[in-house]
Amino acid sequence: MDLLTLLQVLDSSVRMATPLLLACLAGLFSERAGIFDIGLEGKMLVAAFLAAAMASVTGSAWIGLLAGIGASLTLAIVHGLASITFRGNQLISGVAINFFAAGITVVIAQSWFGQGGRTPQLGDGARFQSITLPFAESLSVVPLLGPIYKELISGHSILVYIAMLIVPLTWWGLYRTRFGLRLRAVGENPAAVDTAGISVVRLRYSAVLICGVLCGIAGAQLATAEPAAGFIKDMTAGRGYIALAALIFAKWRPWYALMACLLFGFLQALELRPDLITNVIGIKVQGQLLSALPYIMTVVILAGFVGKAIPPRAGGEPYVKER
Amino acid sequence: MTTPAIELKGISKAFGPVQANKNINIRVMPGTIHGIIGENGAGKSTLMSILYGFYKADSGEIFINGKKTEIPDSQHAIAAGIGMVFQHFKLVENFTVLENVVLGAEDGAMLRPSLAKARSQLKQLAEEYELNVNPDAVIEEIGVGTQQRVEILKALYRQADILILDEPTGVLTPAEADQLFRILGRLKEEGKTIILITHKLREIMEITDTVSVMRRGEMTATVNTAETSPPHLAELMVGRKVLLQVDKVPAKPGEMVLEVKNLSVTDSGGVQRVKGVSFNIRAGEILGIAGVAGNGQSELLEVLGGYEFGTGEVKINGHSIDLTGRHSNGQTRRDRGIAHVPEDRQREGLIMDFMAWENIAFGYHHDPKYQKNRVFMDNVSIRADTADKMERFDVRPPNPMLQAKSFSGGNQQKIVVAREIERNPDLLLVGQPTRGVDIGAIEFIHKQIVALRDQGKAILLISVELDEIMSLSDRIAVMFDGKIMGERLPDKTNVKELGLLMAGVAGEAV
Repeated sequence: MDLLTLLQVLDSSVRMATPLLLACLAGLFSERAGIFDIGLEGKMLVAAFLAAAMASVTGSAWIGLLAGIGASLTLAIVHGLASITFRGNQLISGVAINFFAAGITVVIAQSWFGQGGRTPQLGDGARFQSITLPFAESLSVVPLLGPIYKELISGHSILVYIAMLIVPLTWWGLYRTRFGLRLRAVGENPAAVDTAGISVVRLRYSAVLICGVLCGIAGAQLATAEPAAGFIKDMTAGRGYIALAALIFAKWRPWYALMACLLFGFLQALELRPDLITNVIGIKVQGQLLSALPYIMTVVILAGFVGKAIPPRAGGEPYVKER
Repeated sequence: MTTPAIELKGISKAFGPVQANKNINIRVMPGTIHGIIGENGAGKSTLMSILYGFYKADSGEIFINGKKTEIPDSQHAIAAGIGMVFQHFKLVENFTVLENVVLGAEDGAMLRPSLAKARSQLKQLAEEYELNVNPDAVIEEIGVGTQQRVEILKALYRQADILILDEPTGVLTPAEADQLFRILGRLKEEGKTIILITHKLREIMEITDTVSVMRRGEMTATVNTAETSPPHLAELMVGRKVLLQVDKVPAKPGEMVLEVKNLSVTDSGGVQRVKGVSFNIRAGEILGIAGVAGNGQSELLEVLGGYEFGTGEVKINGHSIDLTGRHSNGQTRRDRGIAHVPEDRQREGLIMDFMAWENIAFGYHHDPKYQKNRVFMDNVSIRADTADKMERFDVRPPNPMLQAKSFSGGNQQKIVVAREIERNPDLLLVGQPTRGVDIGAIEFIHKQIVALRDQGKAILLISVELDEIMSLSDRIAVMFDGKIMGERLPDKTNVKELGLLMAGVAGEAV
């Protein structure tokens, strides 16, 4: 396998990892604040649909992105109401959101566009195109670094770069700001936050809303960033759950989340190049097995084979003042 | 005349039909330590929660330094200069001391300057009040005594002038409690006002200037500590004269009932909780095990009760019992004559949503008296039996059809004790028999335990209340870090010596 092929696989790993990473960071904010969120999947799905639909109607990818974020935020607020205000069961609320999203997207897509539950193909203006970074061509003659810059770093949609930027931002916000300190505290011991005179409810809502925004971007990336060109039924395909597995793998830390998502992205990228596997290990591997790899990995992680991951201690429990 | 630091006028608060506070009036002068004493459920904690903005009073007024103050939430309480140290600490376990102190009192959106400022402030406070804590230590890795100091530091960092402590010594060794009192004395010298909530008469006598007594939501009396005595306070708390000392004749030990050799317990997390413990108990004696909570006493009780696994040897009446859990459980333990009053009646002793008669049958379902025929149980006879037991153990109200959760703590405990003692066991295991139980019920339960001993039964008593251990036991063993530090006779030891053993300081009898 030559360098170029490797770079191409890594390049698609990065692209595949992006929605996972955004969803994973979304989950990180929510769960660090003590709100478990299985509904990442559903939020991504409605965002993907509405982003594609609005982009298709208006011809603007940016309007699509905003619409996607709006759709995701709506469901985030529903989850917040259920689990913070009404102190319901967070898992059930999340599952309900996922079912709702799976159904509603197809129903609306069908009645709106009549194309069997999908949106029309998006034209060039209606989707986020790859950006060629400056000097990509001229630097490509530099050995090793040139091709890495051109093939791997350059040539992604703006959303990919945004996602990568959000990683250090999350780290900084979590560990270097007052908001981060309080957010981490509220997921560990909300009573400590409450007695310190800070509103637990407000903190948790802000976490859930951030989660909604990030899931919205994740969905928009899935449906409207190159090479994707529209929404299709169930297009998140369990990425919300994979993101949760990555979050556990990363033990709720942002940089590790990036690594975990890149690993999952790599596994998904392999699926696109079965010929490579055959070349490298000399055996033809069933395509279905390759497709299943990320999910197998998810099960392995969730079963706890990668060491003990301790979730935020107050996670999943509604906060009730005690005497 | 100086203005009181805190003055409450006519505070009332109801939770549904329960009147937790009824027209409470209280004045606390600045620079004094004021005790609030009362039984569990007397409304002490509710009152303090109102003062700290956790609950809103239905009626009444709060004056801080003479100024009428509204306290709708904790933030307002902090702004008014009130700091609170809760019974269950409100600390973030995996944060450092510094982060916990800063949380909620940050200066600005960036963390670093706040942490730096807090660090230098903590140093100052440490010097001023002898409150030494390593600011970079993680909470879960420091002891409870130190954690409590962090709570006090938190309040001082927020410039509290009024400090409320809710049952602060519950988790401390006697030595740690002494240290806490020294700190409180120091705070008082600096002009801080301190409210100490407790149910321990000794602490009130030792450190407070004035004391208020609460009973059933009402403030029954406020007196100068110097002008009162423990029996007088107890009487005010309960509303009648109570015996603080247990009357008992010397034990007449008989046959060996329980022999424990080299017993060890490792919990599911792989931590060894009990480390090679050996002791024995004869018929007609009470062995008390003292120790700060969490030093292996619970696990010891669980193994003997048959719902935790262990290694080593345990003999009852000369026969070994199975510790691996393969051939044994709570039921086989009962068949061997072991009865068990577990430490946590609400989790292990009762099913709170079940009725009293259902709870009385637990563990003894196979009693022939409870069977109608081979298939059905005889509920009528269980209810009759329950009514009978409730009568004799003075459970109030004596209604077998009430759910366990609708009884008070003391009456719940009486139900458990009645169920176990009435089975006439050879060995009775008792864990924290009077935790959260009012003084009147404590007296009753203590009498029952002593009566069982006098019938020639062996009793293993585990309690974190040193007074209880001292007054009931015929022999006292002290547990620390899963090991028995030593055995003493109650009339040949004192609180100080036991306290040292509880802190892990091994010493010879003085």
